[in-house]
Amino acid sequence: MRLQYPPNVRIIEVPCTGKVDIMHLLMAFEYGADGVIVVGCLEGDCHYSAGNLYAKKRVNRVKEILDKVGVGGERLAMYNLSSGMGGRFAEIVREITEKIMELGPSPIRVATGKATGPIAEVTT
Amino acid sequence: MIKAVPKPLEEVLGQVKDFTKVLIVGCDGCVTVCEAGGMKEAKVLASALRLYFTQAGKQAQIDETSLTRQCEKEYLAQLSDKMDIYDAVVSLACGCGVQYMAEMYNNKIIYPGVDTCFLGVNEERGLYVERCQACGRCILAETGGICPIARCSKRMLNGPCGGSDAGKCEINKDIPCGWELIYERLKTLGQLDRFEKPVDPKDWSTSRDGGPRTIVREDLRI
Repeated sequence: MRLQYPPNVRIIEVPCTGKVDIMHLLMAFEYGADGVIVVGCLEGDCHYSAGNLYAKKRVNRVKEILDKVGVGGERLAMYNLSSGMGGRFAEIVREITEKIMELGPSPIRVATGKATGPIAEVTT
Repeated sequence: MIKAVPKPLEEVLGQVKDFTKVLIVGCDGCVTVCEAGGMKEAKVLASALRLYFTQAGKQAQIDETSLTRQCEKEYLAQLSDKMDIYDAVVSLACGCGVQYMAEMYNNKIIYPGVDTCFLGVNEERGLYVERCQACGRCILAETGGICPIARCSKRMLNGPCGGSDAGKCEINKDIPCGWELIYERLKTLGQLDRFEKPVDPKDWSTSRDGGPRTIVREDLRI
């Protein structure tokens, strides 16, 4: 398909979004990610039955934590796509990168003096 | 087992925000089972605190650890060599663990990280229900294995009361009437004659009415 999306994202592959733990998400922000998106299968389409639904709950909990600690829950999002939706994936990455650019660097990177260029992290 | 829920993050933040070295101590006992205060929750809280302090531009050392049980001195003693490093400790154990840690480390500020709720069972993951009030004198043998002290909202010994409606309690239609449950169970067991003789008033001296309680087992003491 040769779809284009911004190069400043790092893709971390997991077998299922059910594997994505709260600590994975929090550590990404501790390490200085400006934004993180979790991309799981369509709801009702999880190969492991409910992994994407567990991930959704964990993402919501981490969003709450990020809001309370001053990092901002809007820097984390979850999307549900099928493996045949490459076009939409590229579009989401473009959209989220744009949004994170507008939000600016993560307060963590600003505070630690590492804010040189935005990094958006994508978990698929 | 003892059931607890994590304290709201903002409450913990409010307590520790003025310190620079904080230790989060989980407990691998009861609070781990209800996912309120084990190693996992200690890691999550520590990470949240690190994010908070870092974004606020404050240098802070937030570490986490977990003990097998915080209600035993032997396990609490494992912290003795590192306790001096920290300004404050957040204990994720139940109220017993927090108090025992405070007793053992008398000069250290200890904050509770969970709200301890009750003695209950895991009906399913994330759904915990009260089953025992630790009254000190178990009467389950007479009530078909269903406790009227824990399951009846009025703790009646000769129920049900007039507030029992279609098997539900009058205080909340989602709460089963404890005495309806007892009746059904005794019927199944063929022990409905239990209802023919009223139960004498309960001796509450073994419960909280006698003040803080102590168990002395001379056969076990060394």
